[in-house]
Amino acid sequence: MTQTAEQQQKAATTRRNWALSAPALVVLALFASGPLLIVLVYSFLRPGSYSGVEWQFTTEAWQGIFLTRDIFDGTLGWADAHLSIFWRSVKLSLTTTILTFAFGFPTAWFIATRPARARAFWLFLITIPFWTNLLIRTFAINEVIRNEGLMNTVLLRLGVIAEPIRIIYTDTAVLIGMTYVYLPLMVLPLFAAIDRFDMKLLEAGYDLYASRWQVLRRIVLPIVKPGIVAGSILVFVPSLGAYVTPRVLGGGKNMMIGNFIELQFGQGRNWPLGSALSMLLLLIVMVALLVYVRAATKGGQHG
Amino acid sequence: MSEAATAAVAVEGRNLVKAFGQGNAAVRALDDVSVTIAKGEFFTLLGPSGCGKTTLLRLIAGFESPTSGAILLDGRDITALPPNRRPVNTVFQSYALFPHLTVAQNVAFGLQMLGKPKAEVSTTVDRMLALVKLEAFAGRRTSQLSGGQQQRVALARALAPAPQVLLLDEPLSALDLKLRKEMQVELKRLQTETGITFAFVTHDQEEALTMSDRVAVMSAGQILQTGTPRQIYTRPANRFVASFIGETNFLTARISGGAAHLAGGVIALPAGTADAPTATLAIRPEHLRLVSAGTPGALPATVAHSVYFGTDSHLHLRLADGAELVARQQTAADGATGPDPGAEVSVMIAEGAVQVLAE
Repeated sequence: MTQTAEQQQKAATTRRNWALSAPALVVLALFASGPLLIVLVYSFLRPGSYSGVEWQFTTEAWQGIFLTRDIFDGTLGWADAHLSIFWRSVKLSLTTTILTFAFGFPTAWFIATRPARARAFWLFLITIPFWTNLLIRTFAINEVIRNEGLMNTVLLRLGVIAEPIRIIYTDTAVLIGMTYVYLPLMVLPLFAAIDRFDMKLLEAGYDLYASRWQVLRRIVLPIVKPGIVAGSILVFVPSLGAYVTPRVLGGGKNMMIGNFIELQFGQGRNWPLGSALSMLLLLIVMVALLVYVRAATKGGQHG
Repeated sequence: MSEAATAAVAVEGRNLVKAFGQGNAAVRALDDVSVTIAKGEFFTLLGPSGCGKTTLLRLIAGFESPTSGAILLDGRDITALPPNRRPVNTVFQSYALFPHLTVAQNVAFGLQMLGKPKAEVSTTVDRMLALVKLEAFAGRRTSQLSGGQQQRVALARALAPAPQVLLLDEPLSALDLKLRKEMQVELKRLQTETGITFAFVTHDQEEALTMSDRVAVMSAGQILQTGTPRQIYTRPANRFVASFIGETNFLTARISGGAAHLAGGVIALPAGTADAPTATLAIRPEHLRLVSAGTPGALPATVAHSVYFGTDSHLHLRLADGAELVARQQTAADGATGPDPGAEVSVMIAEGAVQVLAE
């Protein structure tokens, strides 16, 4: 008898929990899953003559990602251009993640080891860039590194270089821009992790004959790993879909996936291909995250 | 322990000065401290917080460098060596166990850093875990352990590399009373079994007295007295040591002719005590005995009030000149109460109980 009462209670609790989370679920369904579903459906349709879609099922868009029909003899071949864009995006995003970690870790460590009041000041400085529009910040970087920009003018005047350093509209420029833009996203989670780190453990490590490098590798990095994982995800995911930075600093020819997708919805007038590319991007991100998180948590068990 | 002076020296601190801060604002945490710790002894640095005892321990560990002076380990000058090249290990007050490693991995850490072969590491870890009775917890995370168990892991981790000296920085202060008592016995057992020199820091006089072979009492960056627990308790070198360790009554008296003259009477002193117009006498409460008023050779006093502690009571007495004395009275077997406040009594001081202190 008591069991049924208990079960009833449990059922009531479940109902109430569902009712309470209903608003959030509705919002998620409408604004997250809904648009995604539209994109998924579009990726299986035929492109309209003047943008838009025709309601006719086909997998041409998905095939079009990997394969391309030669315009002269009509034979199918690998879409090298598409694949190289994907490869460049992944490569640039990974490099950006590594660079933001290389710059972000010492920065976060520095901030976390300051006295409480100074810490608030440094964190404030880190968040200031968020107040300015991404486009403006990217153009500012452009202004600094372009051929007649601030960096080259100063170096030329000082006589350090005879020729301007030509990095604007190259992958290097995109890397510089993305590292700058995404650095705070790496610093903040790293700071949160290092802030929780018990500095006594450093002394314990040194006391037990570990060198500075061993203390870093065997004690600090494993313990702040959740921060490293969070920061890497926060940097890698938006890097992969970056649009503004490669557009402004990479010029027209050094496209990343984001620009290529935009192209399909604009001049390309191929919404289904754009949709298929978007879905593929989503897939790549999810697989990358899965692999990364699994590897990171497994690494925590090392001895 | 007289052999301590002649036995081999494990650690020697020579004229150690440690100043924090710059110029006039500098604070001397250690002010010209010299100390010698013999091999295999349980040496305790005892003092109130801020007296410099932890600083001295950190200098030996290598976490701080002295402003001046030298530290010798087994006769070798290690002043300039970093902590990871000194064969000493520390048990931290907060334990500082590695949260991402298991109990066994924590204990193995020092051995692995020393590059010991795998087989040796695992046998030593097993032996250490057996020593602290934690064999069953080898695979656990340290966060799953109680405070007392974490304490044992910290001990095993620090003992595993077989350090020449084990440094213990108030390791028992985070434990509750019952566990602390158990760990006191446990620490003494570990020290006896391993034969490793222990340098133990505490502000708890009971810990110092029960465990140590020798105690150094520190205050304001200096060592005031070093000796066996017995020497320090029965023959304190000065007023600070006398009051910091145990409870003590202080009386001011004039000394002449081998006796102390107080307002209420005369107390006999050991032969050869030098005359002095004013001197401070230290008398432990347990060496005072109440006798009926008017007993010859006893000081007349009035009972102010008494505090009951169970095994004994503290009777607060007022002498004829207004000086206050505390006498400790064992609780009678029949539970009879002592004299009431206001009662006129006399205090008998046990022979040899009076210590004339240097000012």
